[in-house]
Amino acid sequence: MSPIALNVNGKAQSVDADPQTPLLWVLRDNLNLTGTKFGCGRGFCSACTVHVNGRATRSCITPLSTVQGKRVTTIEGLSPDRNHLSAVQQAWIAEQVPQCGYCQSGFIMAAAELLARKPQPTDDDINEALSGNLCRCGTYVRIRRAIHRAAEISRADVARVAKGELA
Amino acid sequence: MSANVVTRRNFIRGGTALVIGFSLPLEISCQKQTKAQANPLNAWLKIAPDNSVTLMLAKCEIGQGIMTTLPMVLADEADVDWNLVHVVHADTDPAVYDMGTGGSGSTAGQFTPMRQAGAAARQMLIAAAAQRWNVSRESCRTAKGVVYSGSQKATYGELAETAAKLPIPDLKTVPLKDSKDFAYIGTPVPRVEIPSKCDGSAQFGLDVRVPGMMRAVIARCPYYGGKLKGFDAAKAKAIPGVIDVIAIPEVSNAHSRAGVAVVAENTWAAMRGRDALVVNWDGAKPEDTSDALRQRMIALANQPGKVLRNEGNASDVIAKSSRKLEAEYEMPFLAHATMEPMNCTVHVRSDGAEIWAPTQSPEWIAGAVAQATGLSPKSIVGHTVLSGGGFGRRYQLDFAVEAALVSKAVGKPVQVVWTREDDMRFDFYRPANYHKLAGALDENNRLVAWHHRLVSTSIRDFWGGKSEGQEIEGAIDLPYTIPNVTLEYAAAATSVPRAWWRSVANSFNGFVVQSFVDELAHAAKQDPLQFRLALLPDREVNPKSKEPEFDPRRMRAVMQEAANRAAWGTAAPKGRSRGFAAHYSFDTYVAQVAEVSVNNGNLQVHRVTCVVDCGRAVNPDGVKAQMEGGIIYGLSAALYGEITVKDGAVEQGNFDDYPIARMFDAPDTEVYVLTNDNRPTGCGEPGVPPIAPAIANALFAATGQRIRKLPIRLT
Repeated sequence: MSPIALNVNGKAQSVDADPQTPLLWVLRDNLNLTGTKFGCGRGFCSACTVHVNGRATRSCITPLSTVQGKRVTTIEGLSPDRNHLSAVQQAWIAEQVPQCGYCQSGFIMAAAELLARKPQPTDDDINEALSGNLCRCGTYVRIRRAIHRAAEISRADVARVAKGELA
Repeated sequence: MSANVVTRRNFIRGGTALVIGFSLPLEISCQKQTKAQANPLNAWLKIAPDNSVTLMLAKCEIGQGIMTTLPMVLADEADVDWNLVHVVHADTDPAVYDMGTGGSGSTAGQFTPMRQAGAAARQMLIAAAAQRWNVSRESCRTAKGVVYSGSQKATYGELAETAAKLPIPDLKTVPLKDSKDFAYIGTPVPRVEIPSKCDGSAQFGLDVRVPGMMRAVIARCPYYGGKLKGFDAAKAKAIPGVIDVIAIPEVSNAHSRAGVAVVAENTWAAMRGRDALVVNWDGAKPEDTSDALRQRMIALANQPGKVLRNEGNASDVIAKSSRKLEAEYEMPFLAHATMEPMNCTVHVRSDGAEIWAPTQSPEWIAGAVAQATGLSPKSIVGHTVLSGGGFGRRYQLDFAVEAALVSKAVGKPVQVVWTREDDMRFDFYRPANYHKLAGALDENNRLVAWHHRLVSTSIRDFWGGKSEGQEIEGAIDLPYTIPNVTLEYAAAATSVPRAWWRSVANSFNGFVVQSFVDELAHAAKQDPLQFRLALLPDREVNPKSKEPEFDPRRMRAVMQEAANRAAWGTAAPKGRSRGFAAHYSFDTYVAQVAEVSVNNGNLQVHRVTCVVDCGRAVNPDGVKAQMEGGIIYGLSAALYGEITVKDGAVEQGNFDDYPIARMFDAPDTEVYVLTNDNRPTGCGEPGVPPIAPAIANALFAATGQRIRKLPIRLT
């Protein structure tokens, strides 16, 4: 077995693991990136959502071999650093979304992908895009609010960039 | 009202020792200690020379926001600057802390003690300043972590070391702030741990990393009562990364089962190892099935049960009435299904043990680990980490005891990981139950008789104790004035483990009572809200009573406010119908209005209006979040929740066959918190009971179909 190369959060990684190992466990156990969560192991709850080449992907059912040479982004890599949180994360904090918080990495990653595809989603867009994500604490209503807020933050940022206020 | 009901809350509040609503199956000496008056500048606030303040949280953060709520109370009375505060879970220390977290009791029970601790700390800091400056204490005042007297000032950080050595004021008489001076209490303070839950840095149980730690996955007997006959580990050991395969015994008083643990270098290897394991279980499979249990419950419902409340003569009045109504209700077992499956990390050494647990009962699991390993309770340190949901499931001992047994066997720190299927199949379920109700109206359409025969699988039968202890909450304490009332109870036998599930019996009795009252309102041709309001007793409560008691005026207020907010009494938007329910549990009043539609056989809950009176809302946004969460938890049960049993084993395993509410199910929800100066009461659970009947009552208004069985199935 030769190590498998992939890029995680902008960093080249070489992982020496069974190629069938789900990406989830590679991230959590091999790379110690524990922000990506194990919820069901079968792709039903999406707590394990990461981006693979920019697409929201359930890492618990994604074998390591299939992400060879690809770009993986986890919750830890969504923002450049804690002082410059992404619009989604800012909105999540502003709306006080998480309760237990265990599912929220998956929701945030799914929401970030939705907003990248659709900068101003409707409630129906949100319901559809996030219908695979489960939250047992029942934060759905705040998640919808936070996604709309993130869209506003992004719009405001775009406007400020246009005005030359934001690098 | 029945005065002799012992509720779970009363059990949990039972004095200084940790007492839960059942007889403890374990002799845990460390829990029998009387709490000493702890030094607040050590036990509760640690103030560093740089003025940073660490506030100790001696309850468990399971998503309810207690990591913010209780420290807010401490910080307010101590007068520290919230911006300099850091909050940590305390390690177990049974001499000082009661960390058991349940019964919606953390804020209710700890509000005053935390105020007293904070106020005492402030007094000690003032005393240190007065001593330093040789001035009277009365001349000193504080503001955000600084003591002033005349032109002199000193920060808490400068005074803390001296202050901590001064006498501790009597907590019972230490002066507390006037509520009008509260700086944090009553304001929506952002939760301290939320940023960490948005960037992946929050540490849950499964995120614990201990040097040299192994992972383990356990094969447990699929049916109840089975024993290990033997196993073949050859294929499991052939999986790269698998280190050992060991049998672990059943620990009956922790309700952990016999199993075979596959210990590995990483989680995936442990899971694959278990898949490859061949295990033989001994003993006959129990014949228990959900259908057989249902038949047992129906048989019990057709004969008199134990009379637990009896006023007037309900049976006679109903028998003679020409305007009587009869109905039968039933609800299934439910799994907790926390998003983070059960897990625990334990390091058992020869001289002690460390536990890292996502738990609701840190001291209790520490005691159970001591007993299971033969170690002295004093040698065990329990570290509490964030829980990915609790809902009652994490009050159990099983996951910690198993991890301790595996760690002891391999002599290394071990993290035992449960798969979703393990979590679903080896839960302690919300009891299945069956109800036979009858009511009678008089010629003026007044409800004159109520007869409720409640049959349930019993939580306390499972844990030891009087079986009716917990299944009658929400049924015996009917909030209405009815001249003839009878409650009968019978416990149905089952091999399925039962325990507390968010709001416990209120989750089913709230549905039964609020649905049957609705049936009676319709039979009386009255508005369901007005019918309920007319049933509320007209009396005042004793404002000086030591324990909170049901106040009909507060119930009336939440009901009317919910009706106003939801525009009850006006036409619903086209194609939609509204339903009402209100329930009192954990000393908190909650009313909800659900707005639903049915299209092509699909039920959609569009909107929920919720009004809550939980006394003083310490963190009002946290109260709202708990109501929102309770509504979704109850919605899941109303729409989907059902655990069934075949051959003694649970049939469901994952979210495909045990669905829970998803984004598209979530109604627009508005929560209104009625603010007042009453003592704070429970919030984690009371949002759950009204939602299912509010939906079912709305469904009746929409379609004429009366829902008497959950989950809802449209006909």
